[in-house]
Amino acid sequence: MAQNKTQDNRAWLGVLPVMLIVAFSGVIPLMTVVNYSVQDILDFNTRFFVGFEWYRETLTDPRFIDAFLRQLGFSAAVLAIEIPLGIVIARGMPTQGLRASLLLVLLATPLLIPWNVVGTIWQIYARSDIGLLGVTLNEMGFAFNYTAEPLHAWLTLLATDIWHWTSLVALLAFAGLTSVPAACYQAAELDGASKWQVFRHVELPRLKGVLVIAVLLRLMDSFMIYTEPFVLTGGGPGNTTTFLSQYLATMAVGQFDLGPAAAFSVIYFLFILLFSWLFYASVMRSEEGS
Amino acid sequence: MTWMAWTLPTAIFFAVIAVALSVLIVLELERPTSMSRGWLPMATTRGDRFFISLLGAAFIHLLWLGLTPWSAMYASGLAIIWSGVIMAKG
Repeated sequence: MAQNKTQDNRAWLGVLPVMLIVAFSGVIPLMTVVNYSVQDILDFNTRFFVGFEWYRETLTDPRFIDAFLRQLGFSAAVLAIEIPLGIVIARGMPTQGLRASLLLVLLATPLLIPWNVVGTIWQIYARSDIGLLGVTLNEMGFAFNYTAEPLHAWLTLLATDIWHWTSLVALLAFAGLTSVPAACYQAAELDGASKWQVFRHVELPRLKGVLVIAVLLRLMDSFMIYTEPFVLTGGGPGNTTTFLSQYLATMAVGQFDLGPAAAFSVIYFLFILLFSWLFYASVMRSEEGS
Repeated sequence: MTWMAWTLPTAIFFAVIAVALSVLIVLELERPTSMSRGWLPMATTRGDRFFISLLGAAFIHLLWLGLTPWSAMYASGLAIIWSGVIMAKG
């Protein structure tokens, strides 16, 4: 009886509605983009097959390569700062009482603000003529101007992202930390463990699950960043904060180059798929090891 | 279907993937897969290896197109060999 149940594949029919929705909203549009990527589309009725030409053009385009490298740098910086900072904030939070509740609300607030609003807040806040941050830095003797200096633009953009999204990491880490049994801390104290040893051997292994989610969410989100740089710097000065999605939008919506933009999208998608898979594979491998 | 802007090569490409997925389903029903370890640095199922072979094939093409001026047919040849090796030994 039990054997029959486990071998009955009819339960897969229950997944059918989800598969249909995914096909309608994801698979078919992606197939259409692949179809576009091998054609020169002059208008919706006039198009020519060009093979891999747009792929070759995109992959050898210096502006694409620069935007890709910038994107990698930005995502790496975001992860390197937000993950440790989120853990530090979570560890410093009280676990119960009114202060804990207030801090949780405070931490959740940036997450509720739309991307374009965050961009606008920081665009005004960092301005060197009227912005509180920009004016203060200039008064302190730093010639801060994010509209003219690439380094300042990058720092402002990073600060914006950290301000917006570190809370997410902190909340996830906080949820992970509250699941650590008090007995583990007591045992560590009896053994005379240092704060670092408590973190490394008691907390970190239990945080692994939520941190995997945090890293994946932040990696994907930062790799697709569009609105904040669009509002804050417009991709400038020059192209120094033009990331992949902004370059893609210029190509697809601004210039209406549908063929090259489709090839660009497929390449972009493949890299996101590769990073997600590498991440998944490394997690699976570490689970195998443990 | 005209809005999807089909071409013969892309139709063949997607048809091959659909056939491969159907073969995997039939194989799964006839001879269910199990986690096994080959050349890849982790244990994989048949479906995992199919995904890895497809992803690898896509990046073989991207590398070829980005780094060489030669026809993508050579990349396709390499990708077929790669996929065969991964499915058999991965």
